[in-house]
Amino acid sequence: MLLELGSDQEFFRATTARFLEDQAPPAELRRLRDDPAGFTQDYWRRGADLGWTSLLVGEALGGGSISGSGLIDLTLVAHEFGRHASPGPLVPTNVVAGALSAATTHHDLLPGVLDGSSIIAWCLGEGPPNDGLGQVHLEVRPDGDEVVLSGSKRPVESAGEASHLLVVGRSGDGLTQVLVAADAAGVSITPMHGVDLTRRFSRVTFDEVRVPADAVVGQIGKADEDVERQLLHALVLTNAESVGAMQAAFDMTVEWAFDRYSFGRPLASYQALKHRFAMMATWLEASHAISDEAAAAVAVGDPDASELAGAAKAFVGEYGAELLQECVQLHGGIGVTFEHDLHLVLRRLTADRALYGSPAEHRVRVAGHVLAEEDAS
Amino acid sequence: MSDETVVGENSVGDEHEDIESFRDRVRAFIRANLRPIGDGVDSHWRIRTDEEELAEVARERGIQRALFDAGLAGVCVPIEYGGQGLSVAHQRVLNEELRGYEYPTRFQIPTFSPCMAVLLDFGTEEQKLRHVPAMLKGEELWMQFLSEPSGGSDVAGALTTAVRDGDEWILNGSKVWTTGAWWSDWGLCLARTNWDVPKHRGLSVFIFPIDSEGIEIQRIEMLNGSQEFCQEFLTDLRVPDSDRVGEVNDGWTVGTRWMFHERMSHNSPLVTVPVGGVRAGVGGAAMKAIASDAGRLDDPRAQELIGEAEVLDLVGHALKRRVGHGITTGTMSDQSSAIARLYAGWTHSRRITIQFELAGAAGAAWLDEDGQLGECGPAFLMRQVGSIGGGTTEMAANVVSERVLGMPRERSGDRDVPFRDVPRSPT
Repeated sequence: MLLELGSDQEFFRATTARFLEDQAPPAELRRLRDDPAGFTQDYWRRGADLGWTSLLVGEALGGGSISGSGLIDLTLVAHEFGRHASPGPLVPTNVVAGALSAATTHHDLLPGVLDGSSIIAWCLGEGPPNDGLGQVHLEVRPDGDEVVLSGSKRPVESAGEASHLLVVGRSGDGLTQVLVAADAAGVSITPMHGVDLTRRFSRVTFDEVRVPADAVVGQIGKADEDVERQLLHALVLTNAESVGAMQAAFDMTVEWAFDRYSFGRPLASYQALKHRFAMMATWLEASHAISDEAAAAVAVGDPDASELAGAAKAFVGEYGAELLQECVQLHGGIGVTFEHDLHLVLRRLTADRALYGSPAEHRVRVAGHVLAEEDAS
Repeated sequence: MSDETVVGENSVGDEHEDIESFRDRVRAFIRANLRPIGDGVDSHWRIRTDEEELAEVARERGIQRALFDAGLAGVCVPIEYGGQGLSVAHQRVLNEELRGYEYPTRFQIPTFSPCMAVLLDFGTEEQKLRHVPAMLKGEELWMQFLSEPSGGSDVAGALTTAVRDGDEWILNGSKVWTTGAWWSDWGLCLARTNWDVPKHRGLSVFIFPIDSEGIEIQRIEMLNGSQEFCQEFLTDLRVPDSDRVGEVNDGWTVGTRWMFHERMSHNSPLVTVPVGGVRAGVGGAAMKAIASDAGRLDDPRAQELIGEAEVLDLVGHALKRRVGHGITTGTMSDQSSAIARLYAGWTHSRRITIQFELAGAAGAAWLDEDGQLGECGPAFLMRQVGSIGGGTTEMAANVVSERVLGMPRERSGDRDVPFRDVPRSPT
């Protein structure tokens, strides 16, 4: 998270933090363990009132920002979501809200998204063996004044609660995005198992689903740039959330190290452990740094934004997960029990590491940027 | 934003030359005076003959003098000491415009930081007026007489002793790991002035010309054949009391700040680091060049390694900026610089391993025509230097856990004990 927040930003962050502590404490997260949605409508609407859904939407359409940069403001919410392992489809909702705000059509769907009364899921990834970052096999075929979707998407967050789906498909050489009603004929939604306690994912299958051509967002076969921009938003928010989870686990474990005595000494007095804490502090600070720098670059459309966002996902995914596992190790047996709160953030970070591209995939993607650069020397 | 934390008590000038006119001056200077860096990436690693080394030192003194004459030396150094009294933003312009050009690398660290930074913080007016302009003119290259053979990390455990004799001090002892002491001019030296008090309370700091009578310099051959490091033997070296920096027996106050400047050198406004200058040697571009020489650019494993090096590099820059900013604005303690040091050591090792991996069997045996591949094996042999030099990563890990996280200090045998009675390695 940013080292210095403006007073409005700090108020905004603190308001969300207080709300999450009050409305979604660990006991509530455990209660939601078997809830099909993983969050309540009332909770999500009240979060929307706090500004969770409107920061990537233009003012004319009912959105707006705190600081002038809605994306940066939103990273503060995502950070708190990570710190508290909070329920609710924060990342896909904002990706879709930003996409619709940037589009010239379908603005009629925005009010429901903004006030939290409806959910639109973003269908990007696909299942094995087509599950590589950027692989899109779902076909969007124009047919008269209709388009036909066939293929399958997974994992799709909160598809089970969604009124609509924003589907990324392929039309020849280019990508197309289509808005499909979740109850359209030919759409089937299968809940998946998942590591996160409150986030729900589904497989969504499109069996020759026909929708009017005006369901296309943007132009057929020309959505590649839109999808890339949306992916960058998803990466920035996922990273901010992961760093929040890292911070929570680290703080919890430092406190544990001071409080826990063995052989008559606190754990924090053992150099073998102190040095591991020092390394974790380094990973954590580095993750804050690259996550914020990538967010700033994406927010202003910097030419290096894609490389920085990918580098951040690669680093935070890799060392965030290492940090969480170190925290488990330093807790010992209690760290792998359901009773302890550590697994709440471990779950969140584990899911975030795997979504929107693994660290290894992002390393290769970053290498692509390096290989494409002209020799600077 | 205040620069005072880094530059010391000296403020920058109020009437700043505007950035764009400064940039124009820098560009004109570069066009007229500097050569672009050749094709050899990371030529820093190449071992030079003494003749080559001396020629480069002379060239850098000349460039530094030219910078001074052009009003571009010591951008953030106060005007009264020969600097320009300009802002960090101006220094950044210099860093940006120097990208891809030669510049006086040997003057930056340790001459401008930590040595000049320490003088600006603690030097007398006479010391500052005598030495700071001389440094900026390229006349004085400085070295740190800090580490000793008895222990590198335990800096405050210095055995080199200074005994008062009238208006002079007589120094005896040995210092080690000074880079290029054989072509340098002045030394900044930490010495013990009282053996009967605990170690941090009996130190003082001195400065002296390296060609003084009583200093013998020996070159150290490193395992890769380099002889850049030296060991010095001080035998009845006489230093006037006017060349003492800081109060007698208060040398650790100076030393603490000295360590801070050393850790922050790459982020110091006193130090010129061309943008991309460091990156060219360690980031994805350097790995790409090695993979290219090895014919491995299409290998997916090589690509992931290139990406990893680039990621670590980008993160390192972001981390340095965050920590530098945090320390400057006071949102982080000075001790947080140890986080950046730990990161640098850890990732240096990883990058050197990556390039060694990319080199394949050429890391073990190579021909002249293999180009950069031939540097990967020897660089791997020297890999740990990045976690040893400038304070070990173990020390940094102690600082992070104890000073940043507030964990209990390690047990030590030298606290609250007269230094004379502290157990030492057999000599």
